[in-house]
Amino acid sequence: MSTPKDLKFSETDEWIKVKGNSALIGITDFAQSQLSDIVYIEYELDVDDDFEKDETVATIESVKAAADIHAPVSGTILEINEALIDNPEHLNEDPYGSWLFKISIDDPSEVDALMDAETYDRFCEDRGN
Amino acid sequence: MAEPTIYEISSSGRTGFQFHKPDVPCAEIPAELKRDELPFPEVSEVDVIRHFTRLSQLNYAIDLGIYPLGSCTMKYNPRINEEMARLPGFAMTHPLQPLDTIQGNLALIYQLQEWLKEISGFAGVTLQPAAGAQGEFVGGLIMRAYHRSHNDLKRTKILVPDSAHGTNPATSSMSGFEVVNVPSDSRGNIDLEKLKAICDDCVAGLMLTNPNTLGLFEEHLQEVIDIIHQKGGLVYGDGANFNALLGVIKPGEVGFDIMHFNLHKTFSTPHGGGGPGSGPVAVSKKLVDFLPAPIVGIIEEGNDETPPLYGFITPETSIGRMKAFYGNFGILVRAFTYIAMHGATGLRKIAENAVLNANYLKMLLGNAYNIPYNRKCMHEFVAEGFWNDAPGIHALDVAKRMMDYGVHPPTNYFPLIVKEALMIEPTETESKQEIEHFAEILKTIAQEAHHSPDLLHTAPHHTPIGRLDEVKAAKDLVLCCWIPPEE
Amino acid sequence: MFTPHTDAERNAMLTALGLHSIEELFSDVPEKYRFPELKLPDGMSEMFAREYVEGFADANASTKEFVCFLGAGAYDHYIPAAVDSILRRGEFFTAYTPYQPEISQGTLQTIFEFQSLICNLTSLEVSNASHYDGATAAAEACITAYSYFHEKRKRIILSHSIHPQYREVIKTYLCGIDGIELVIADQDDHALSDPRNVSKFINDDTALVMVQYPDFFGRIYDFSDLIQEAHQHGALVCMIVNPIALGILKTPGQMGADIAVGEGQPLGIPLSFGGPYLGFIAARKELVRKLSGRLVGETVDENGKRGYVLTLTAREQHIRREKATSNICSNEGLLALAATVYMTLLGKTGMQQVSDLCYQNAHYAASKISELRGFQVLTSQPFYHEIVVQCPLPVDHINHHLLEEGILGGYALEKVYPEMKHCMLLAFTEKTNKEVIDVLCEVLKESNHG
Repeated sequence: MSTPKDLKFSETDEWIKVKGNSALIGITDFAQSQLSDIVYIEYELDVDDDFEKDETVATIESVKAAADIHAPVSGTILEINEALIDNPEHLNEDPYGSWLFKISIDDPSEVDALMDAETYDRFCEDRGN
Repeated sequence: MAEPTIYEISSSGRTGFQFHKPDVPCAEIPAELKRDELPFPEVSEVDVIRHFTRLSQLNYAIDLGIYPLGSCTMKYNPRINEEMARLPGFAMTHPLQPLDTIQGNLALIYQLQEWLKEISGFAGVTLQPAAGAQGEFVGGLIMRAYHRSHNDLKRTKILVPDSAHGTNPATSSMSGFEVVNVPSDSRGNIDLEKLKAICDDCVAGLMLTNPNTLGLFEEHLQEVIDIIHQKGGLVYGDGANFNALLGVIKPGEVGFDIMHFNLHKTFSTPHGGGGPGSGPVAVSKKLVDFLPAPIVGIIEEGNDETPPLYGFITPETSIGRMKAFYGNFGILVRAFTYIAMHGATGLRKIAENAVLNANYLKMLLGNAYNIPYNRKCMHEFVAEGFWNDAPGIHALDVAKRMMDYGVHPPTNYFPLIVKEALMIEPTETESKQEIEHFAEILKTIAQEAHHSPDLLHTAPHHTPIGRLDEVKAAKDLVLCCWIPPEE
Repeated sequence: MFTPHTDAERNAMLTALGLHSIEELFSDVPEKYRFPELKLPDGMSEMFAREYVEGFADANASTKEFVCFLGAGAYDHYIPAAVDSILRRGEFFTAYTPYQPEISQGTLQTIFEFQSLICNLTSLEVSNASHYDGATAAAEACITAYSYFHEKRKRIILSHSIHPQYREVIKTYLCGIDGIELVIADQDDHALSDPRNVSKFINDDTALVMVQYPDFFGRIYDFSDLIQEAHQHGALVCMIVNPIALGILKTPGQMGADIAVGEGQPLGIPLSFGGPYLGFIAARKELVRKLSGRLVGETVDENGKRGYVLTLTAREQHIRREKATSNICSNEGLLALAATVYMTLLGKTGMQQVSDLCYQNAHYAASKISELRGFQVLTSQPFYHEIVVQCPLPVDHINHHLLEEGILGGYALEKVYPEMKHCMLLAFTEKTNKEVIDVLCEVLKESNHG
């Protein structure tokens, strides 16, 4: 799967897609493939909750593993993708189409500090083995 | 055909066990406190015996053959242990009986405490923990209490090597500590330089499994212990792999501060399909007063004519109670019997043969499997369950194929620092012939992996059931069954 | 003994390894500490070991010779022969945790049936595969509730009429978690005050309210209103239950409780001086991911054949490591098997019968004892199978007298509740009957005169 060029990426394998003052957050293709079959998602935060960069905002479980999802930037929750609760496998099937949170961003410079697609691809390759 | 559930063979009105009628005048149960219908199966005794006997036949067990699960020490469970634990004098004693009616139990507990102290070189022992993980928890809480007793509140971290059992980090956080991982070096030891860099005066202690989960004895044991002690930390020994060290070294003498035993590993008590275990904890002199309460002690010295009077003692600054009553006593009786039968010579022989068997098996495998960190091992070793020239084969496939040959696979995917790990612990109770037979099976599978990989991918073929759909189990989540509605 | 190698075989193996002696295998062990002397008695043959160990057993008085009126968390019930006959099958007791489901269906299906029986007994939706004992199960329930609310609710309230040792264990378990505020309700009141008084401690910061049913003194209450009140504050409620009592009594599920935990020892497990016993934890489905311990789920194999696997393992310590709710690994599998055999053998009618026998015997005893001069039954109605009796003399004195007549008397409550002077807690199971209760009363009467 090719890595979308319009996203930015964290070292803990989350993506962020910025649209004006708000943004969507999800997990990358690399993250979903490492986890394999995702069976459960638990949101740790509610709408209107504030969070800091790197804070755990959700937990994802697969059959063999569990992973914390960290906020790539600081902000406030605007919307939670409730549809994923019943269909967590969408994260495997379409990682870049399945967002977890819609957020507002506190500090746009935090977004600039994240990796672009090319850098992230190299980052994944380096960890490949 | 699959064995039906006990609910599916229920027949309304059938009974499996008849109690007598009350011979006292009848008292009414208040209507507002009565339960609704009890939806239990209704079956006969013969239904029950056949059902569970048939279920038992779907299990693999030590009684059927080699069970080389790494770090689990699946050794033979002597039958005499079972008989001793069932003696009415033990099995039919209530935990709250008056002291003078349970002197036999207390004497046995006391003696076992003394023996474990002698075997491990520590100053005090509690037999209360119900399992190794609970023993670790005791250790974590003792570390916490010890530092607090010195008003040393800054120690918030526990160091855990990357080769540690999964329970170690979970235990540390339950005990209120933050976990810091310590990497291994290329020989499978703790990386000393990195340890020195991480270890500061915020470290409460280190949890060290030795031999570690690679089956290797820590080559810089003394240095590791000294580094922690110099910074004021405590060293916790995970005794899961103590089988290799019986009569070989006393951890308390080298400088460990705390250690738990797994009686269900080292001292032959049965694993029971996942328990009960027993996880006594031994501590050095400065920690004796923190042990969980109660422990058994002599409260009145005896003389030539009268035996001493045993009773319960609460250590002065005890961390408290870990479970109701005094521990898994029935398991203690089994371990006690085992130690009594072995004595010092016998115990050392256990360690010798366990280590001999592991090294012999490793040698027999030759080049069939890659063995990282390949040096003299202790009671177990870790091989890789994949080959670069056999693409698509994973440790899981090797493990599943082993079942077709009628043996239990080793622990797989652990420790995490070896890719596609197969962690093999034959134990001392396997004969030379069994070990050789097992090695042949592993070598045959290595060949199959290269020449007929599908045999592995689709394995097992000869078990009561095939590979199960774990995704479905986790998603649909059916955790209990009911009596099917009548048609 | 249990190491099969002959000397010749050992030598052959050493030679194959290029070694001259077995000691060479231990060269990594620091020489200074290598091969220490162990001061232990010489090893014994099985025959002598049996005699030696039997000597310890013989030094005890057991419920085989004595009539037992002791309870307080461990109960002297009859164990049907079929239970141990199944437990002794090597395929069960010499197997390990069912990590390889293809060759562990026996253990897995048994646990699945155990979970089902516990759910049915408590009227709750999910049950784990077992825990160490009732006390540790109660402690884990506290952590479950704390983590269910993402550690945002801090208060955990325990009724004062919960078994004192359970309260101690909970305290120990929670001491490392700084955030938790543990409240033991009404500890200043008289011990026998109404446990429903816990309600006055509930606030919006409460994660869990815990009560015992029957409580430590044998009393039974309908906790429905209390539970409703806790729910209004958003808190969870856990009931510590006696599984035998649930054969006839209103269940935690019926009252609306969120979690039920308990000691499974009464379900076909020997007293064995306090262990190994069997903790169980059942809960509403919403809590399943925060439950501690293993869970078995139903699924199918690649041919569509029904089978069972360990499921939701990502919650557990070997995967979640420091983030797991609990560090439990080994549980009490074999005893869950014992309880499963016991419950299925008794079935619906047997469970009701044994439950009723305990109730009837206790009520008969209470009425007889209350007629004795100097003795007073302090447990209020309604109660189940244990009662508090205030005696005219110290409990140890009375128990000594009872022992001479072949009776194990009650538990001296003064040890843990100082205000309950001369009070004993007596338990009645199906193993007691009119005759032995009459004897008990007779001896109690004599002890007051003698």
